[in-house]
Amino acid sequence: MVNTQGQTGRVGATAARGRPANLGDRVFKSVVTALACGILLLVGLIVFKMIDSSMQSIQKFGFDFLTGTTWDPVFQKFGALPFIYGTLVSSLLALAIGGPISIGAAIYLSELAPNWLRGPVSFMVELLAAIPSVVYGLWGIFVMAPWLRSSLEPMLGNSLGFLPLFKGPVYGVGLLAGGLILAIMIIPTITAVSRDVMRAVPNTQREAMLALGATRWETIRLAVLPYANSGIFGAFILGLGRALGETMAVTMLIGNRPEISASLFAPSYTMASVIANEFTEATYELYLSALVEIGLVLFGVTLLLNALARLLVWRVAYGPTGG
Amino acid sequence: MATNLHLRRKLTNGVMLGLAMLSTLVALGFLFNVLGYVLIQGGSALNPEFFTHLPKPVGETGGGMGNAIVGTLILLGLASAMGVPVGVGAGIYLAEFGSGRLGTAVRFVTDVLTGIPSITIGIFAYTVVVLPMRGFSTLAGAIALAIIMIPTVTRATEEMLKLVPGSLREASLALGIPMWKTVLRVVVPAAMGGIITGVMLAVARAGGETAPLLFTAFGNRFWSFGLDRPIAALPLQVYTYAVSPYDDWRAQAWAGAFVLVAMVLVISLLARLFTRGAPMR
Repeated sequence: MVNTQGQTGRVGATAARGRPANLGDRVFKSVVTALACGILLLVGLIVFKMIDSSMQSIQKFGFDFLTGTTWDPVFQKFGALPFIYGTLVSSLLALAIGGPISIGAAIYLSELAPNWLRGPVSFMVELLAAIPSVVYGLWGIFVMAPWLRSSLEPMLGNSLGFLPLFKGPVYGVGLLAGGLILAIMIIPTITAVSRDVMRAVPNTQREAMLALGATRWETIRLAVLPYANSGIFGAFILGLGRALGETMAVTMLIGNRPEISASLFAPSYTMASVIANEFTEATYELYLSALVEIGLVLFGVTLLLNALARLLVWRVAYGPTGG
Repeated sequence: MATNLHLRRKLTNGVMLGLAMLSTLVALGFLFNVLGYVLIQGGSALNPEFFTHLPKPVGETGGGMGNAIVGTLILLGLASAMGVPVGVGAGIYLAEFGSGRLGTAVRFVTDVLTGIPSITIGIFAYTVVVLPMRGFSTLAGAIALAIIMIPTVTRATEEMLKLVPGSLREASLALGIPMWKTVLRVVVPAAMGGIITGVMLAVARAGGETAPLLFTAFGNRFWSFGLDRPIAALPLQVYTYAVSPYDDWRAQAWAGAFVLVAMVLVISLLARLFTRGAPMR
């Protein structure tokens, strides 16, 4: 990749320097440059508009916005902590459930699957990512939530009910439902990236382990995973970023109640879903401004996570290293 | 002792590899479960009326999502008309001229755009289109979807153009053909299959998006053909019906999900075939 880029760069440079560029070339270059700058401007404008529209709320509430626990539009009280809590817990839950499954699937796809099976299975796992979020929500409401209410949650409550995590009445919808649906939705992301990272481990590493008499699992644990470590971590961060911003399925399953509760069975609320539910109902400017500020916080967090993930994954899987 | 250790290592090996296989089966199990329900529940609620009729008011059975299906197609068409030229153009810039600092910046910002939650793009479209126009509109929804399509198209175009060998460019330039003609007539056609794949994947992704349409396109219970009026979209309609308390609406939500999933999967599959058939690599 780096190679071709250098090559084309050189060709372009020679063409530009070799003789006075003709009119067509100049026009062409300015048009595509303008389009590329258009994307820069667009993202700049998004950032500016988000900050501009949330200014009223930022000035009124300051830092208290992030720590306040009351969200009451009727009395103009806006504290976003319940949403931040719901977003974080549901996303971390998704990582805890979806992460191990994804690593397992990535190990299978990268190390174990026979060649003829690798392509089709990879494709099917990636199909999970193609299913629209609202379809997951629909499935969650009518298939997963009833199952949670009648089977899994009572079972967890009976066996692990002494933990505050599994206390309280069961509704089906709630933090656990939101976390589970997010887990399913981030599996394809984490699996695909982890698989690519593991494929980037040089074969000589595996061969060396096997030649020493290691079993296949030992080869994976001692040669593949340590090498792919930071890339897999990056894949998790990428999955986390996706989970934080996911809107529709979570809105349909989290229960939409702005409360902080230790129990995973309790209904909760996320940042994305409060925007989805209340944006069109925001009757006065401060209310709208507060909702945009939630969007801004979400934007900032996902931006940081993505930058971090890219740094970690790019270096391992797609960078110039490898072997 | 030695055999004991040997046995334990073999056992661990078997267990761990088994777990890896099990994880794959679990992931596929989710896929088949979701698709299975959509197929059975949606398929049984589907009838010809669903594609041609308007939604019926509460209490009356029957009706369809004809307007939402057409609405989604209109939104996707408009979004492609805006998003694809920008994406392809920026992709050409990145592949052909993007080795400098501006290229790095555009590449980074494009990645940022991919990672932005789609609901914030909805907020953006609301502030720049809905507020000035004083109302929800088709245009606002299409702009939101276009923004979602742009990064996918840009990166796909760049990657595909970079796969075209430099010698092809050199050969064309050596014949005295100007750079712009070389790119448009030699390089882009050579990468066409891949670019089309990228565009189709972007369309598939945008077609399933609901969150950015909630407060831009807004939804509509009737046919709508004005740029400045709210318009129905399939994912929006599925959402509204799914959270409704009426059994008939819920059945229709499944039918809508069936059409939506079929649309997205067909586009994704076609996109794959396109890359396979293209004379690449």
